[in-house]
Amino acid sequence: MRLTCEIAVAQAVGALSRRSGRGGGTTLPGKVLLRLDDGAVTRLAARLPEGVAIVSATNGKTTTSALAARILGEGRLLCHNASGANLLSGVASTLLDSRGSDMALLEVDEAALPEVLRRIEPRALVLGNLFRDQLDRYGELESLATAWRAAVRVLPASTRLVVNADDPVLGNLAAGRAGSVTYGVDDPAQARPSLQHAADSKYCVSCGAPYDYAAAYVGHLGDYRCPSCGNTRPPLQVAARSVRLDGLEGACFDLVTPAGTCPVRLPLPGLYNVYNALAAAALCHALDTPLAALVAGLESALPAWGRFERIAVGDGKTVTLLLVKNPAGANEAVRTLLSGAEPPKLALVALNDQTADGRDVSWIWDVDYEPLLAVADRLVASGDRAAELALRFRYGGMAEDAVEVVPALEEALDRALALTPAGGELVVLPTYTAMLALRRILAARGHVRNFWDAA
Amino acid sequence: MKLVLGHLYPEYLNIYADRGNIAVLTQRAAWRGIEVEVLAIGLGDAVPARADLLYVGGGQDREQALVAPDMAAKAEGLRSSLDAGAALLAVCGGYQLLGRSYVDAAGALLPGAGILPLHTEAGRRRLIGDVLLECELEPGSPRTLAGFENHAGRTLLDEGALPLGRVLAGFGNDGQSGFEGCRLGRALGTYLHGPLLPRNPWLADWLIAEALARQNGGVPPQLAPLGDALESAAHDVAARRARERGGRF
Ligand SMILES: [Zn+2]
Repeated sequence: MRLTCEIAVAQAVGALSRRSGRGGGTTLPGKVLLRLDDGAVTRLAARLPEGVAIVSATNGKTTTSALAARILGEGRLLCHNASGANLLSGVASTLLDSRGSDMALLEVDEAALPEVLRRIEPRALVLGNLFRDQLDRYGELESLATAWRAAVRVLPASTRLVVNADDPVLGNLAAGRAGSVTYGVDDPAQARPSLQHAADSKYCVSCGAPYDYAAAYVGHLGDYRCPSCGNTRPPLQVAARSVRLDGLEGACFDLVTPAGTCPVRLPLPGLYNVYNALAAAALCHALDTPLAALVAGLESALPAWGRFERIAVGDGKTVTLLLVKNPAGANEAVRTLLSGAEPPKLALVALNDQTADGRDVSWIWDVDYEPLLAVADRLVASGDRAAELALRFRYGGMAEDAVEVVPALEEALDRALALTPAGGELVVLPTYTAMLALRRILAARGHVRNFWDAA
Repeated sequence: MKLVLGHLYPEYLNIYADRGNIAVLTQRAAWRGIEVEVLAIGLGDAVPARADLLYVGGGQDREQALVAPDMAAKAEGLRSSLDAGAALLAVCGGYQLLGRSYVDAAGALLPGAGILPLHTEAGRRRLIGDVLLECELEPGSPRTLAGFENHAGRTLLDEGALPLGRVLAGFGNDGQSGFEGCRLGRALGTYLHGPLLPRNPWLADWLIAEALARQNGGVPPQLAPLGDALESAAHDVAARRARERGGRF
């Protein structure tokens, strides 16, 4: 009885904040609910007939849950925090809207995960990866990993754990847990020649010795083995084999599962999206989805909003937004751009330093931009920290007149579009708030809709 | 002229863009026609006598713990290198490890190299944010340094020890003293990353010149000026950030 009344209150708040036009009103109802009744989230989650699935990771949680929603939404009413409100308040808001849903699919911020797991016993939990990301906000990777391990230890036996076996920080979490599912890439042809500079977890979680990598795929994700204590990547239950990357067009691979193997054509680019597809497939497999439905969902994927979007802007020109928020993600964006038939000669790179971007911009120096610097003949550096970014390119070997510094985003976009030939594609690599601002500019020009209008 | 840059533990201490500091030292020397050789100095390696400039970066707790005993074992090599006129820059974790000791959150005392006159104790809250310092490495010509800090350690300088600078905005060594970093002759330690040198090129040039002094009769050579418009612009934004939001929890 009390619950219903609180829901009414909180929903009123949501309607109010949406009406005041503050962009979605996605977390306020949850905040109000948490204030009114701390146990409500637990009860709201428990009433869903098919339970709750949770996806957490530093990189790719939004895309992974969008892919899983594509698969799980078939024949089911799903409630899903697609707006990216992934802290406890966003989770609470999403569950407030879950009346009549069969299942909830929740993307959860990696730092907020332990707090969410204290309130919700998920039916399945994806632990995607832990990368160095915005150290100014979260403290260091190791303390986050410790908090995750502690949270996993007290999970009920009924929760099916879905773990990226290629992440050495997470790989052994599935060991000894009945019903857990491991996933990873199994294609040495896609391995990088060596661990990249930005790789985070090069040392054994058990004994501290440096890992030997039979294959390093994305950052520290790969086929690792500790030469000293034998800690090694666990066997893969869900895997991608025979991967082919096709620039910005997408990726093809053989999806290997305990239920069989099937070729998949994924319309999202880059090996990092292959990992996201594997995470979604492994999750849905753990939730008893048949293989054909996994493949159909992955092949019909739409890019998660702002992560990878191609927007027509007139003159036959396209603006392609590739969100970049940390070194591992930036390295993959660079690799994806260079894996296409025509690597870009021009790019707009935008660096902001607001809280959502990370206030510490030092991560740009840990990105391997050099392959892009080698093929591009012009880069436009923009955002609040445009000069800092331009210094990165200059000290990385780019000629002084090949780097243009235009801090104002709209001006930079116009300058870069002017440099783009008719019919050409402008690649834009923005941080989070720069992506939001650029998208707002494109929306104001009528090229794209704001996301809260798009639903 | 040729500059030999010894980079300590590049495999372990390389967080917070230490690579950026190395790139700036290398490029700014190269732009003046000074050849640079970068030597990696790893676990178990001796500190080479021919290194003119030593660099130690930062790492996450795990990496730092892996390196600490080796750093303590290198103390004698480091000291003789500095006595022979080498310059040194240590950032974040490297700065702490060069001190006498570090008391971690559990109260355990870890010995350091004892090169810099300071010791560090873990505090409860991390000191995180933009920083602006005023430094006077050459008496009478104050300069500013803009950077970013992120440290749990509270570093306490010994009586009479020189800080690198005075905190204009930010936390600094311990959030209380008003001082940041430590200077011992040609050796500098600091919490400022970001990285430090791209937006503070005068400090990069100071280090290069001090490192070359021993090849120039003990006097730091005059380096040809570079344009540095972009560097100044980056410095100004970082300095403004520190004034707006530095030194706050
Ligand atoms: Zn081991």
